[in-house]
This record gives sequence, C-alpha cells and structure tokens, in this order.
Amino acid sequence: MSDADFSLWVYLSRTPLLWLTVTLLAYVAADRLSAALGRHPLANPILIAVLLAAGMLAATGTPYRTYFEGAQFVHFLIGPATVALAVPLHRHRRTVWRAILPMGAALLAGSLAAMLSALLIARAFGMPETVLASLAPKSVTAGVAMGIAGSLGGDPALAAVLVILTGAIGAVTVTPLMNALRLRDYRARGFAAGLAAHGIGTARAFHVDFMAGTFAGIALALNALVSAVLAPVVLRALL
Amino acid sequence: MRGLGGTILANLPRMIPGAALILLCQLAGEAIAHGTGWPLPGPVLGMMFLLLLLLGNDLLPEPLPTPSVTGAADGILANLSLLFIPAGVGIVGKLDVLAQYGLGLAVALVASTLIGLAVTALVFAGVARLVGRDGEAEDAA
Repeated sequence: MSDADFSLWVYLSRTPLLWLTVTLLAYVAADRLSAALGRHPLANPILIAVLLAAGMLAATGTPYRTYFEGAQFVHFLIGPATVALAVPLHRHRRTVWRAILPMGAALLAGSLAAMLSALLIARAFGMPETVLASLAPKSVTAGVAMGIAGSLGGDPALAAVLVILTGAIGAVTVTPLMNALRLRDYRARGFAAGLAAHGIGTARAFHVDFMAGTFAGIALALNALVSAVLAPVVLRALL
Repeated sequence: MRGLGGTILANLPRMIPGAALILLCQLAGEAIAHGTGWPLPGPVLGMMFLLLLLLGNDLLPEPLPTPSVTGAADGILANLSLLFIPAGVGIVGKLDVLAQYGLGLAVALVASTLIGLAVTALVFAGVARLVGRDGEAEDAA
C-alpha cells in the first residue's frame, strides 16, 4: 500500500460508515448464502455474518471498540424490534389468548430449566462468579441480558457473546430436536425457540412458519420479563 | 425477500409516524424502568404499551388505521437476524475467557439450550392437551 492509500484506510477505518457498511454487507451476503442453501439450520445467517465481519476485523487488526462505533446503529435497533413484537402479538391475539395456559406453564418451566441447567453445569466446571452471573441470562435477548448480567456483577460483553452463542445453538438444533420429539404443534415449537434462543430462535422460527414466529416473539418478550426477576433469585440460591 | 424489501423502501416515508410511535413506547418504557428501579426491561415495557395502544384502538367506535405502525414493525422484524451481528462480533474480544472455560461453557450452553427447548415445548404441548385446546391454531391468517 502506498502512503496515500494507507492514510485513506486510516481515515475510513475510523469512521462509523465503514463498519456499518461492513455489517450490512456481511448480513446481505450471509442471508443470500443461507437462502441458497435452502435455509438449512446449520447455514444460520447470523453465524455466517458474524464469521464474515469478525474475520474482516481480524484481517485488518481493527479493535472491536472501533467496529462497534459503526455497528452500534444496528445494535440499537434491538430495543425498537422488541417493542415491534407487539404488532404480531396483536394480530394473533385470539390464537394467543386461547393458548394462555400452556404458555404460562411452559414459560415458568422452560425459563427455570434453561437457567438452572446452565448454572449447575458451569458450577460443576468450577467457573468463577463473574462468569456464572454472565451466563445466567443467556436465553434472554441481548440488550436485556447485558443489563441483567451487569446488575448481577457479571460482564455485560461476555453475556452478549454467550447470548449469541446460545441463540445460534438453539436456532441450529430446534428443528431436528422438535422432529425427534415428534412435536407438530407449531405454537409449542415456536414458543420453545423464542424462550430458549431469544431473537435468533425467533428469526429461525419466522423462517419456518409464521405462527411459530409469532409464538417465538411472545416467548422472547415474556422470558425477558421472567428472567429479569428469576436470575437474581436463582443465582443467589446457587452461590 | 426482494419483494418485501421493495415494499418497505416504497413505504418508508409513510412508516415514519409508526417508527416514532415505536420509539415513543420504548422511551416511556425506559423512563419507567429506570425511574422506578423495577427489574423490568424498558423495551419489554414498551412492547406492553404498544400492545395496549393497539388493543385500545380496537375498542374505538371507528378504530384508527394502523398501516404505518404495522409496516414499520413488520419491516424491522423481517430483518431481525441483522440486529444481532454487532453483539456476535464481540466474540473477538472474549476469546481469552472462551478459551479458558471453553469446554465447560460449550457443555453448559449446548446442554442447557437443548433442555430449555425440550422442557418448554413438551410442557406447552402437554398443558395444551390437558386443557383440551390441542392442535393447530385456527386463525392463522
């Protein structure tokens, strides 16, 4: 690279524009690839896009902080997207109301099962309290999970990574697992995806079936509520 | 996907009031969550406010048209995957912790996610059968 090229790169690499563009391009490429592979569970668009963007950071030696200055505009939209879930919830209000009992029971059982099993396994491996506190809200949508982890004495950035990994694991495994359990009720399948794997599971559920996506969105919202209340209690009981 | 994207672009100006309403709901939620110190997350409160507004609108003698807010919401939800990329890329900064506790974290995340999925879906389906409202939803449209 010549000096002029280098100074241009130094300028561009520090502007939010470059990394915002990289984030959107990585998403477009990943979404096309996922569609070309017939939306196979393993070809998860988020996983592919994260690999592309993280590879670009590693290749250029760019710190995450610089990247996030551009990407924060996308990250910010997680909040409004959570609010926007009210629209499919309203559209399907009659279906939702009919399933109010199964939803309430599944919400409590699933939320406790996911959180307790993660914390018990992590404790058995001898992980320190900060990691446990970051792990407790792993099934909750990223923005809310970071807040919960911070208030429990965990590391919000680590919590965000564990949340994304949980979402990817859930999105990849939900279809084969539900088929193995012979569950054909798309309300139950979607609700499980949203509860255990938050927005990434919800995105996967919307790809599979619109009703599943709607129930996933409800589970995502309800679990953010329930986990915010449960996490401090469960963590205190285990430590 | 292209059709949806085109529709969203063409309708972008009309979605501004809807987007403003969504942000307003979130703002109210954040204000209450932080003001009262409740453990409830602001965006979740905002979702409840928007739902109450939509339900209240249905009760009006002549409900207001809502294509602006439904268009904005459907547009953002159609691209939900995009929003998690920045947090996911944060993995580059946490490779040391992941390497140190790699095996334990992998076992904990995979096992707890499978357990969470299975317990949730089985309890949902089981209770649905118990209360006799089993089967696919009717108003799927």
